[in-house]
Amino acid sequence: MKIRLTVNGEAREADVWAGESLLTTLRDALSLPGSKNACEQGECGSCSVLLDGELVCACLVLAAQADGHQVTTVEGLRSEEGLHRVQQAFVDAGAVQCGFCTPGLVVATAALLARVPDPSDDVIREELSGNLCRCTGYAKIFDAVRLAARA
Amino acid sequence: MTTTEQQQAQLRRARVGDRGTRHDATPKVTGEFAYSSDLNSAGMLWGVTVRSPHAHARIVELDISQAVRMAGVHAVLTHADVPGQKTYGLEFADQPVLAADRVRYYGEPVALVAAEEPEQARRAAAAVRVEYEVLEAVTDMELATEQPPLHPDRPTMAHGYRDDKRPNVVRHMVISHGDPDAEGDVAVSGVYDIGIQDQAFLGPESGLAVPDGEGGIDIYVATQWLHVDRDQVAPCLGLAPDLVRIHLAGVGGAFGGREDLSMQIHGAMLALHTKRPVKIVYNREESFFGHVHRHPARIWCEHRATRAGELVNVRMRILLDGGAYASSSTAVTSNAAAFAVGPYRVANALIESTCVYTNNPPCGAMRGFGAVQTCFASEAQMDKLAAELAIDPVELRLLNALAPGDVLPTGQPIEGSLPVAEVIRQAAALPVPKPLALPRAAIRLPGGAGNTTRGEGVRRGVGFAVGYKNICYSEGFDDFAAARVILRADGSAEVHCAAAEVGQGVTDVILQVARTELGTDDVTLAPPGTSSVASAGSASASRMTWMAAGAVRDACRAALEEQKRTAVEGGATDVDVERIYRHLHTTPLDPQTGQITGDRAHVSFAVAAMRVVAEVDVDLGLSRIVWIGTAQDVGRAINPLAVEGQIEGGIAQGLGLALMEEIRTRDGLITNASFTDYLIPTTLDMPPVAIVLIEDPEPDAPYGVKGVGEPPTVVSTAAVVSALRAATGRELARVPVRPDDISGV
Amino acid sequence: MEVITPRTLDEALRLKSERPDARPIAGGTDLLVELNFDRTRPETILNLAEVEELKGWTRENGSLRLAAGLTYTEAMQRELAELLPALAEASRTVGSPQIRNRGTIGGNLGTASPAGDAHPPLLVEGATVEIGSVRGVRALPLTEFFLGPKRNALADDELVLAVRIDPSGQPQTFMKVGPRNAMVIAVCSLAVLADRERGELRAAYGSAGPIPALVTAPLDTRADFPELVAAAASPIDDVRGTAAYRRHALRVLTKRALDRVLV
Repeated sequence: MKIRLTVNGEAREADVWAGESLLTTLRDALSLPGSKNACEQGECGSCSVLLDGELVCACLVLAAQADGHQVTTVEGLRSEEGLHRVQQAFVDAGAVQCGFCTPGLVVATAALLARVPDPSDDVIREELSGNLCRCTGYAKIFDAVRLAARA
Repeated sequence: MTTTEQQQAQLRRARVGDRGTRHDATPKVTGEFAYSSDLNSAGMLWGVTVRSPHAHARIVELDISQAVRMAGVHAVLTHADVPGQKTYGLEFADQPVLAADRVRYYGEPVALVAAEEPEQARRAAAAVRVEYEVLEAVTDMELATEQPPLHPDRPTMAHGYRDDKRPNVVRHMVISHGDPDAEGDVAVSGVYDIGIQDQAFLGPESGLAVPDGEGGIDIYVATQWLHVDRDQVAPCLGLAPDLVRIHLAGVGGAFGGREDLSMQIHGAMLALHTKRPVKIVYNREESFFGHVHRHPARIWCEHRATRAGELVNVRMRILLDGGAYASSSTAVTSNAAAFAVGPYRVANALIESTCVYTNNPPCGAMRGFGAVQTCFASEAQMDKLAAELAIDPVELRLLNALAPGDVLPTGQPIEGSLPVAEVIRQAAALPVPKPLALPRAAIRLPGGAGNTTRGEGVRRGVGFAVGYKNICYSEGFDDFAAARVILRADGSAEVHCAAAEVGQGVTDVILQVARTELGTDDVTLAPPGTSSVASAGSASASRMTWMAAGAVRDACRAALEEQKRTAVEGGATDVDVERIYRHLHTTPLDPQTGQITGDRAHVSFAVAAMRVVAEVDVDLGLSRIVWIGTAQDVGRAINPLAVEGQIEGGIAQGLGLALMEEIRTRDGLITNASFTDYLIPTTLDMPPVAIVLIEDPEPDAPYGVKGVGEPPTVVSTAAVVSALRAATGRELARVPVRPDDISGV
Repeated sequence: MEVITPRTLDEALRLKSERPDARPIAGGTDLLVELNFDRTRPETILNLAEVEELKGWTRENGSLRLAAGLTYTEAMQRELAELLPALAEASRTVGSPQIRNRGTIGGNLGTASPAGDAHPPLLVEGATVEIGSVRGVRALPLTEFFLGPKRNALADDELVLAVRIDPSGQPQTFMKVGPRNAMVIAVCSLAVLADRERGELRAAYGSAGPIPALVTAPLDTRADFPELVAAAASPIDDVRGTAAYRRHALRVLTKRALDRVLV
């Protein structure tokens, strides 16, 4: 089936299988593999994107449900001026190791800071609890969030 | 530092010892970094693996006739289609590429499908009809040596190991040191159990196999050791090694789980058969079948000591469940034994270590590699001994701390750096945070977001543990790494090294070393592959930093000399040199006594000590780790930022094993193959970590460096459970600790 | 396989009556897992996400109507959280922010998992399920809605339209036991409400029997209530926990909940 959606501000069209997730569509049909396929059951947050401005796991959105909607992926955060401040903070704080969780965490952090510009440590921990990281033990990710909040 | 100096430091790219940011961080934060599951190729097909639903069964009939006729299907392959050698393995070729007449574990590959679309491939895979005759499964490791052999040909025997005639023994070894019957004034004993842990790397097994049209193949895959992949893949494809080119695709974490092959041969078979590129991506459920796990273990211990607290004799019996195939179990068996006592001096020891074949999930390498299991047991014993003797647990450990010059239970003297007492003192000196007052936010209490307590039942405990393990490969393994450096006339340099960047930051180590040695920032690192440089060995055993640093250093120095030489001769041409680095030679342990047969069985050791504060809801059995402080022996930190990241991440994995991580099985079938039921720590489970890096350079290592990835994982499981015991007063002899174990239900 | 996306409730009900096998999807947090892991291949998926009538919540004469598409994130927002505090507490334990932004109360009822986090707080508030089809609308007490693990009282042509509650305004709380401090399926869960007006203690548990169930007792039987709740449950041993632990935990949770709601 055909769906039309706006991805990172651009009108896109994709031919999708009815049973596929938005994540699959983004990665395979729309050539946006930045959103990651780690668990595909909403447990790890690696596929976090914004759907009409709301943070969701793209793996749990049926592609057909995104028809007519706006999606922002990690690829859409960078602007012509350079990295998004959250992206820069993840680089500077050493918050990236294997990096498979990073795109999801970057999107989730950007969404958090848009709602809560100066989050407490408790808020950071609770709001990012749906984004699993297996490499870092999270310490440097928290550093990055605090760094981005100050930037 | 003055402002100018700061600016200069920022302008200069990181050198050895600098706190540098990663060169691959930018593509990783933007989503551009290409992982093995992100690859595509024109005309690509999708591969799917048909897997066994049984832990042990005979294949009566395999019928692909319906599947091959389905829409979009280009190939359905079985064991009969394996072009070359039918079995493979990291050390022993005991694992079928595709099961022939028998499956030995739940999820074992039986057939392969390639189709135009993923859903077509899945439907065809579902249409492959396999008739099984279910056989009794060997699932209890204690009974395995009395059950019919799963591998009657005994593939791991006669390799210099003790010959054990019992069925299903992968390796049996004994370390007998001093007088194994020596008595002390006091003795404490215990039996400890460790569940199966999964590496749970986030990037699932995946890759792309591309036929070159001339009989060869390029495989782009996430792996830990490119050349050993090639050496296993090529014979199974019936191809010469140079026709199989393995390229490192982006790796989404490894932790030992990518040492063994996953989709490499399968993808190549489908690609060669269809003459089309084939992509295979496992999903999370399949990933639990797609790699080996940490060995579950049962460990019996008796520690004998003097009244004053000196260890007199340590007797341990270690039983490991290797699952259906050997993988690296023989080395894990040995490591478990070699580091069983912990970093303590003991004149007498009798350590028996046995790994068995079963029909449980295959086990092999995972961060810590045998030392995690025994550290959990022996550190529990040290706490028990301290309690028995009424000695402070830290004091007891200091009293027995190994130091250079001491002799290990294998008879090997400690030659280089091993600052055991120093890491213990430094970790013990870290100030423990005061308890927070009540009321508190739910997430700052055990049970977290579940809102289960407002302080009722909550007790606090402080635990301590020390752990160590070997760095680099051991026991006579020819452990080397190659690097190649091209110095151009314009002053730029290109480095080739097949070291696998699995997230640990080895590519930054390589670049930092090359910049330091060559004195320039103008260094690039070529994409790692098997065709442009010799093997770098495996990104495992905490060896990659040491070995890559050694190889790159040597190649850089040789290139500079070569450049000087050619300059003298009047030429200003490019210089291209490759150098192989080897660490000190090791020899095997004596198969009968477990004693060294040369100067050493292990090259080097690294030690970490850890202090943990836990709060436990003793009624519900739920825990919250409040704080962790650690001191770790790192030799020398090439990049302190990266070293801290390894320590924090390594701790998280050990904490996971202590509190929640376990692959559960019933009759050999995994019952929690998902991230819904295999739980790994979240942001609400990991506490802040205070870190002290102990830099005591290793004399024989490049720049004095030691690997840092494993010690935090080795020690943190033991340290976390020590804190839980302190909070609850319970023995907690099994990990992961279940709420039932604490609440005593 | 086909996805059909009605824009109005009438259209949705008509489609459901024409295709009774169609699997409804709202937030997708349950169905997508089944699809991604090849556990279901329904011929038709009925996408309810575009039906405005199924969104948000309303209040009429003190009575609340939570439309089926109400998300957990919405249930946590202050105005509704003050009216249904235990539901807000329960919502906060559901998965992660990502899941709470998508998962819906109606979807939770439709899936009818014994572990559904919304169920206990709705049960203690005496909620009624508003069920619709082309045949009309009916109201069913939530206590009669759950029939078994993942089985509910919906006929093939019916959809959950809303949950209706007359908020008690009485002290209440929700607790959930899991082996990790966030992102868990309940090993067991419990909502407790102390209804002083009716002189009643009301508890509802999850993951401790084939269906989430309500247990009530007179307000003055506080001392016996933990045992009563534990005895009412019929938990099983499964990969997430043992029956014995679940019963034990319900006892502990009930006692603690009573300390919270009977101040």
